[in-house]
Amino acid sequence: MKNRLKVLRAERDWTQAQLAAELEVSRQTVNAIEKEKFDPSLQLAFKAARLFGMSIEEIFQDVGGD
Amino acid sequence: MNDVNRNSSDWSENNIKNTVRLRYWSIAWVLSLALAAFGPRLIWDFDTGLTILGVVVTLTIGFGMILANKRYIDGLDELHRKIFLDAGAFSLGVGLVCGLGYELLEDIKLISFQPEISHLVLLMCLAFLVGMVRGQRKYQ
Repeated sequence: MKNRLKVLRAERDWTQAQLAAELEVSRQTVNAIEKEKFDPSLQLAFKAARLFGMSIEEIFQDVGGD
Repeated sequence: MNDVNRNSSDWSENNIKNTVRLRYWSIAWVLSLALAAFGPRLIWDFDTGLTILGVVVTLTIGFGMILANKRYIDGLDELHRKIFLDAGAFSLGVGLVCGLGYELLEDIKLISFQPEISHLVLLMCLAFLVGMVRGQRKYQ
């Protein structure tokens, strides 16, 4: 699954640690999601969407075949 | 934003508390197990009442440790829960396959000594450790 988390975070000038604190996860989790090594749960995806004021589809894109 | 920061801080603090709580329960369980194992021989000369008490205490503390472990896992974020689950599954698989294989070795007379449960526990702990390290590296 592709995502724009890194771009959105950079636009707001947030560190991974700050984003992790907002999402109530570890920095390692944010890093793994940004590197697309780990797909977040629906709950975490909703949380990120609320935080950035966007829909889930605007942040996460299913590339299919996974 | 302040609410979010407070919640995040609560989440981190809870994680630390759960980890410390699990550590204390684990230490208490190991000590109680040692007391139940060595107490009858070294301290109370196989007094039946005290021996039963020692076993009951170690089992009770053991259940406390299991609950503390559950609380610890519940407090982890989803990535770390997945790493923990994968390591646990690996450890269980290794324990099952190697444990039964180990017992079979004695049954078919390929080893002459009695298989010890402590060897299996040690192997499962090592397998869990390998699983955790592998998971941490995978998601670095």
